[in-house]
Amino acid sequence: MTTPVSAPFPTSRAGIVELARELYEDLDMGSVRAWLAEAPGRHAAGYLPVYVPREVIHAAGMLPVGIHGGGSMEIIRGDAYYQSYICHLPRSVVELGLTGRLDMLSAMLFPSTCDVIRNLSGMWQILKPDVYVRYVDLPHANHPERAVEFWKGELQHLVTDLSAITGRIVDDDALRASITVYNEMRGLIEEMFEIRRRSPWQIPTEELYLLLRAGELLPVERWNLLARGYLAATQAEPGRSRDNARVVVVGAFCEQPPLGLIKTIERAGCYIVDDDLLLGNRMIRGPVSLEGDPLQALSRGLLHQGRKSSVFYEPDPLGKGRLMAERVEAAEADGIIFAAPSFCDPALLDRPMLRAGAEAAGIPCIAFKYAENSGQFQQFREQAGTFSDSIKLWVGTRAEQMLRQAAAPAGGAK
Amino acid sequence: MKKDRSMELQKEMIGAHFKRLERAPETGEKVVYTFVPGNLTELIRSFGALPLLPEINALQSGMRGKSKGYIAEAEKAGHSADVCTYVKADIGMLMSGNIGPTGTKLPPPDLLLLSYTGCYTFMKWFELLREQYKCPTVFLQVPYQGDGRLAPEHRAYMEKQLREDVIPALEQITGRAYDPEKLKANLALSAQAEEDLVAVLNSAKQKPSPIDSYFGAVYYVGPIFSAFRGTPEGVEYYRALREEVEERNAAGIGPETPSGRLDDQKFRIVVEGPPNWTSFREFWQMFSDEGAVVVASTYTKVGGTYDYGFRHDPGDPLGTMADYCGGCYTNHNLPDRIDMLVDYIREYEADGFLINSVKSCNSFSAGQLLILREVEKRTGIPGGFIESDLVDPRYFSAANIKNRLESYFQMLRERRAGGVAVTPAGGEVRP
Repeated sequence: MTTPVSAPFPTSRAGIVELARELYEDLDMGSVRAWLAEAPGRHAAGYLPVYVPREVIHAAGMLPVGIHGGGSMEIIRGDAYYQSYICHLPRSVVELGLTGRLDMLSAMLFPSTCDVIRNLSGMWQILKPDVYVRYVDLPHANHPERAVEFWKGELQHLVTDLSAITGRIVDDDALRASITVYNEMRGLIEEMFEIRRRSPWQIPTEELYLLLRAGELLPVERWNLLARGYLAATQAEPGRSRDNARVVVVGAFCEQPPLGLIKTIERAGCYIVDDDLLLGNRMIRGPVSLEGDPLQALSRGLLHQGRKSSVFYEPDPLGKGRLMAERVEAAEADGIIFAAPSFCDPALLDRPMLRAGAEAAGIPCIAFKYAENSGQFQQFREQAGTFSDSIKLWVGTRAEQMLRQAAAPAGGAK
Repeated sequence: MKKDRSMELQKEMIGAHFKRLERAPETGEKVVYTFVPGNLTELIRSFGALPLLPEINALQSGMRGKSKGYIAEAEKAGHSADVCTYVKADIGMLMSGNIGPTGTKLPPPDLLLLSYTGCYTFMKWFELLREQYKCPTVFLQVPYQGDGRLAPEHRAYMEKQLREDVIPALEQITGRAYDPEKLKANLALSAQAEEDLVAVLNSAKQKPSPIDSYFGAVYYVGPIFSAFRGTPEGVEYYRALREEVEERNAAGIGPETPSGRLDDQKFRIVVEGPPNWTSFREFWQMFSDEGAVVVASTYTKVGGTYDYGFRHDPGDPLGTMADYCGGCYTNHNLPDRIDMLVDYIREYEADGFLINSVKSCNSFSAGQLLILREVEKRTGIPGGFIESDLVDPRYFSAANIKNRLESYFQMLRERRAGGVAVTPAGGEVRP
């Protein structure tokens, strides 16, 4: 894929964040339409959370477009398709679809995140008969090598179908080229996460999130440029540390919380140092191999370098119990905020196992539910603020504990 | 309510099975927990192990008025109010001493056989149980029929998992070698029972229907959905059931219902979605008091779509189990489910169709409002929509549901009185 001819990106941090915010707020996805209009014969493929192999979409010559609902948009028609006890995301996706906002998409991919998204794939087949619809059945790693074989077959199926839409022959070189640009993206995201982990005041989660959302809409080559620009700008403006608790936000991998909720958590005294937001773009840890069969490599990437998630079966009987402690340790966090969308089966069914593991490891936790259109943040502010205060008062942040340890006499206090 | 002979027979079979389960820790018989959709009963039995199905326990807890307390226990322990109440009823039962539906203590599993068929929650359910029981778990991924068919490579993938994951896990816990001849023999018994079950379900095409294909049929599918497929007892039960239904059919009489024998059947209804179990009899009576008989239902296909021709094939043991798992109702995509409802309305000459949308089950419920519209559009038959839950009595509002059903049947009556007829093909004809 060639990089589209577009206006240069802003270079200042504020300018980059503002651009990302405009993309985030544009429910008509003007950037996607503009990209399609730039050259005849272009195609775009939408995908729902949590994970789809964007490399394959890209190699087929399509623009991958993340469909993450409508935020706080007014839902008029979408509610007529869902009972009150089903989460909010599919309502706003249907609303986007029925109001023509997704009409520029030639394909829609629905990964096996949960039964609601699964059934939405069938609804889309009926509501949008002219659009290519694929239910993407993700592999489960009970036996990773068998799952690699299955997933490779699913990837091949996608390659065949998507290349039939675009008319582009997808050979190994095309796939390797796509893996290469997505490896670059993965590397940049990991770099941003690492900076946030080390110094969360340098990359606030609100900004990081907006950047990642931009990555769900822009061509990957363009986003990589934008991300490099952002990283350079943050070096110039490192920001100032505050006396905040460090938290991991767990459970927000599908229906996304409103941006206001993310800001509220941070403003209430919690630095988010790891999270599940837009998890799909870092589902594979590290670069995918460029050696050998690229579909095999992509498949092995997901099965052998995949992040643990509620979407996948956990083959390790102790895995759920350990996961929170591992994440808290890796992020050097003080506590966990379980933040799940209302009626989210994957997040809410997992929560008792994850929370039990966290509590057994002595990790402070709080939990709440949200919807993508939650408009009142007072209760979240109070919960997060109290949580941060309680960590600082009763447990001590990790930084304070380290200071105390350093100050203690050798051999420990008697 | 007068009980049919087959119901008594089933009660004896289930009672004996639960007694055997209770004694399993002493007798050394191995116990395999698994789910109704995609259950591999013939295979489990071929190793001499006993199947136990947590969904059946949960629904039985609902029918016996126990689920409310169990759900409360689970929610107190941190399980969300938003998630499946089968799971919470099961976890709550475990927390309350694991006394099963027949009053006997349930044994812990020697193996959790996670046949991942048509329901995301199954995966979490067994991950949760594994935390409690600390026992081995084997996972069988059953690909969803997103394109409306079971792809050959998906079938092959399942066969491979059966051969290389599931069978070794069963060998490991039972200490027995895989016996393909025993499995084939069990599959042959399954096919016999399936043939008789389909004859029973098809009998609802008669007028009057000798069965209720929802409230009555949940009893009929009990043995084949649970522990008795592939057993001589299962074959005997379905032979007896078929004879009983054929007798009723020959006599031109309807099924027993909470309102008595329903010979005068005013409405022939197709139902989509599981029943409510906590007020099962009351729910049924809302239909039978109106003279409504259910002639076909989708819920009775969650454990297999036998009426579409599938029979277990002893000639291809692993392949047929893959076909079976792939073909269970909730593993079909939404367009297929709509086709099935349209077929039922036409083939069973239904006057109406109802969706019972249960809060607990997104696998069934997500998309049902579109199903309603599409089926109405294609058949010209008006649909009804009611909401309840599987086993959480807090979500069964009797007055509200009764009101809706009465309005729905009143509408069907007026429609009929107004001269709007329904052709056998399901199309609407106005004189």
